[in-house]
Amino acid sequence: MKVHTILLAAALALPTASAHRFWIVPSSTVLSGEEPWVCFDAAVSNNLFFPNHHAPELEAFSATGPDGKIVELQNGQVGKYRTTFDLPLATPGTYRVGTVRALLFARWEENGERQSWRGPADRLDEVKDKPGVTLMDNSSRVETFVTAGEPTTPAVLGKGLEIDFTETHPNDLFAGETASFTLLQDGKPASGVEVTVIRGDDRYRNEVGEIQVTTDETGSFQITWPEAGRYWLNTSVEGGTREISGIPASVRSAYTATFEVLPE
Amino acid sequence: MKRLLLLLPAAAGAADLEISIEIPRLQVAEYHRPYVAAWIEKPDRSVAANLTVWYDTGMKDQEGEKWLKDLRQWWRKSGRKLDLPIDGLSSPTRPAGKHPVPLDTLELPALSEGQYTLVVEASREVGGREMVRIPFAWDGAQAVEQKSTGKSELGEVTFALRPTP
Repeated sequence: MKVHTILLAAALALPTASAHRFWIVPSSTVLSGEEPWVCFDAAVSNNLFFPNHHAPELEAFSATGPDGKIVELQNGQVGKYRTTFDLPLATPGTYRVGTVRALLFARWEENGERQSWRGPADRLDEVKDKPGVTLMDNSSRVETFVTAGEPTTPAVLGKGLEIDFTETHPNDLFAGETASFTLLQDGKPASGVEVTVIRGDDRYRNEVGEIQVTTDETGSFQITWPEAGRYWLNTSVEGGTREISGIPASVRSAYTATFEVLPE
Repeated sequence: MKRLLLLLPAAAGAADLEISIEIPRLQVAEYHRPYVAAWIEKPDRSVAANLTVWYDTGMKDQEGEKWLKDLRQWWRKSGRKLDLPIDGLSSPTRPAGKHPVPLDTLELPALSEGQYTLVVEASREVGGREMVRIPFAWDGAQAVEQKSTGKSELGEVTFALRPTP
């Protein structure tokens, strides 16, 4: 399990630089009827959305209902390349499903050799007294949304990098339409940040066809969906420092989401 | 007679509305009757009036509502806000053929003067989806009679709106 955590951390740490992409994909995003169920696939892979590299651990995932309460995941399973689970949508509204990671990276030199460490903040004691230790505070969120009946706006969490969906709902996306989202870091607009959007099924085309936009001074950015499909959005912010147990740490946060765009 | 009252705010007076929707006969390996919705849209594409929705109303535990979201535009514009079944709106699916839309028990909101579009959307299980859009102008005095034909999932759609004499 520890090996998995480290692999995952490595994948999460470099979502743009490395070819590996972490994603979570629902079987449907817009649902009707009494208590519809949705099946989720999650993986770290090179292709969208085909599992071919690493299955993230099941315990890392959670779902929040329209009322903000945790909804228990059902039928969870970790395969070779893919992690799956189901979710019943008992209450109408929008559900947030995904995973959040907060990890510290430590670096120091000991006996002339470079050392490094990754772990959660509550294990910082293991390395905090190392000579000349420097820290990097790494947080990332990978999520998606599904809606039963009438959509409700996902809550702004105020922590790390996230999207405020007040203007365009994540389950109300149609080909040819323009979605307007606001990128927030710790609840405040994140301006001048590059956001990358890639349509799935990249295995069936020769060009990735990335859409790249930059957030304006209010954190706002717009995506015009060229066609229906499932899209992977990824962005990260590096910079600033915060002190953790008296040690200055550089801060890096990443945000990844999957959206389904329907034909008009 | 498919008749209903469209209450006009200023101009006063009522109107008769008649709609007929044709379900085409299709030669396919697996055929299920399509789900169909019809509504009148304002120029900003919001819904002025819901006219009908045909789905599997007879299934136990309202199982048929599971596929209503496949009437994608209707679901987005109004279906997801409604608590179905609704008397006069919910209706069973229909076989191939021309079907007058049963509007007699439906209470419609006021339709003031302006530009509108009649929209009919059909979605078939393991089949396709199609929308027929018929734009029209309504001034409360001039009768409107129009028709259009779908290419795949819908046949002829006829539409008449006449001020009541």
